[in-house]
Amino acid sequence: MRLSRPARIALRTAAAVGFAVIYLPLLVVVLNSFNRDRGSGWPPPGLTLRWWTAAWRNTGAREALWTSVAAGTAATAVALALGTLIAFAVQRHAFFGREALSFAVVLPLALPGIVTGIALNSAFRTVLEPLGVGLGLFTVVIGHATFCVVVVFNNVVARLRRTPGSLEEAAMDLGAHTFRVFADITFPLVRSALVAGGLLAFALSFDEIVVTTFTAGPGVRTLPLWIFDNMARPRQAPVVNVVAAVLVLLSVLPIYLAERLSSDTASGSRI
Amino acid sequence: MTSTGQAAGSVRRLAGALHRRPRLRLSLLLGAPLLWLVVAYLGSLAVLFLSALWTTDSFTSEVVKVWSAENFSALVSEPLYRQVALRSIGVALAVTALCAVIAFPVAFYTARVAHPRRRPLLVVAILTPLWASYLVKVYAWRLILSAQGPLDWVLAPFGVSGPGYGRAATVIVLTYLWLPYMILPVHAGLERLPESLLDASADLGARSWRTFRSVVLPMVLPSVAAGSVFTFSLSLGDYITVQIVGGKTQLIGNLVYSNVTLNLPLAAALGTVPVVVIVLYLLAVRRSGASSSL
Repeated sequence: MRLSRPARIALRTAAAVGFAVIYLPLLVVVLNSFNRDRGSGWPPPGLTLRWWTAAWRNTGAREALWTSVAAGTAATAVALALGTLIAFAVQRHAFFGREALSFAVVLPLALPGIVTGIALNSAFRTVLEPLGVGLGLFTVVIGHATFCVVVVFNNVVARLRRTPGSLEEAAMDLGAHTFRVFADITFPLVRSALVAGGLLAFALSFDEIVVTTFTAGPGVRTLPLWIFDNMARPRQAPVVNVVAAVLVLLSVLPIYLAERLSSDTASGSRI
Repeated sequence: MTSTGQAAGSVRRLAGALHRRPRLRLSLLLGAPLLWLVVAYLGSLAVLFLSALWTTDSFTSEVVKVWSAENFSALVSEPLYRQVALRSIGVALAVTALCAVIAFPVAFYTARVAHPRRRPLLVVAILTPLWASYLVKVYAWRLILSAQGPLDWVLAPFGVSGPGYGRAATVIVLTYLWLPYMILPVHAGLERLPESLLDASADLGARSWRTFRSVVLPMVLPSVAAGSVFTFSLSLGDYITVQIVGGKTQLIGNLVYSNVTLNLPLAAALGTVPVVVIVLYLLAVRRSGASSSL
């Protein structure tokens, strides 16, 4: 399309403003973690590294970090297993209810988190309480895995769709049995999709707060729950700033890796 | 040696048996996921919506399993609920409209104006903040919008101050959060637009604006509808952002949240509101033919 010069300049400016609006808030968080002042007054009167050391020594934040890592790892493992199974079933088999199944898989991410959260919460309480088991870390894992399945499923399905079945058939013609075909042909083909899906699932779990609120047992605090609890406390504000800045810097890394691994599936992979 | 040979043989036999029975293979593939998804997830969802038809003992807050439509009639008759539901839909629509208006020029630049070699990089630049922590992004805006915060500092020379915490802040922050979900489909839609149509329009004497209105806009509208599914439904279910930057504003999610411990059936009934609205919205979008760009 041949655009007039003013239109071109206007579009370029609009895009520049758009990108600035997307990135400036993240920059504010990082800058504010060096703020010498406890408040969020702007501009900061001076810069200091003091809060970074304070955050490092903060046991609450550190424990919450490990809880998040544990929950994310377990949920990702479950999601990888279940998501891959569904992806193979949907992509390599024709069966009654296939469309309904691929719709139901997406549901946990499409419905509001609070609905998923209270549904799981009341189900856990009705099923587990008679058994004498309370909510804990494992209920968080179950909750997270439920929506993490979606990203794994989407990544693997997209990869399988692009992989012709003829490769597997050729292996079978050469005498390889089902497991051998999977180990030597299918798995290497989907491996990078699995890594990408796993990374995205971990990021999703690591970030989740709503479902976590309703599935975490007493004393189980993931990092988002910790931030949310401490956000309104002025005394904790500097440490919250540092934790937020660390999260901004950390989030860039796995996403970058996931992008590199699956340039074909990444754009729509979250939903 | 013989034992490994036997093991390999039984693996082969098992593989053969599986290969000959596709139904068995399928049920092995689907067994665990279906148990998880249908029994654990859909089951608890179904129970939740059934429990919307139960009542609560007002003294003990225990759920009483007596069927009644009490909660749903309260939804309709109680002015507070109606008001909050309408407000939530209004906020979700405002966020969607703002996202569409902001996303269009950005996507137009990334899809058609920017140098083709730079385009993939720009898409990554849109995607990356999508994965930065939700809570941190809301927190960033809490800082930005705070009194004497960065926004007030920027606006001070013009003699104005920021909107502070409230409904406007909620709309701004939700727009910020879900903007990438709108940019991406619009970018994809604009990228698919054939150059020949634009040339034809120019050959017929249309200037940029006319081409935009008569060719580009109608063809990209399905992508906007696809993006709006995310911006609309994600805004409608949100309650955390409102708690952090909304001041006293209440949305439907807050009502659900505040009723969970004391009156679960009422919370469940309130929770059906966003679900029903989202399903209706999805159906409307699907009818308009946008589902292929989802």
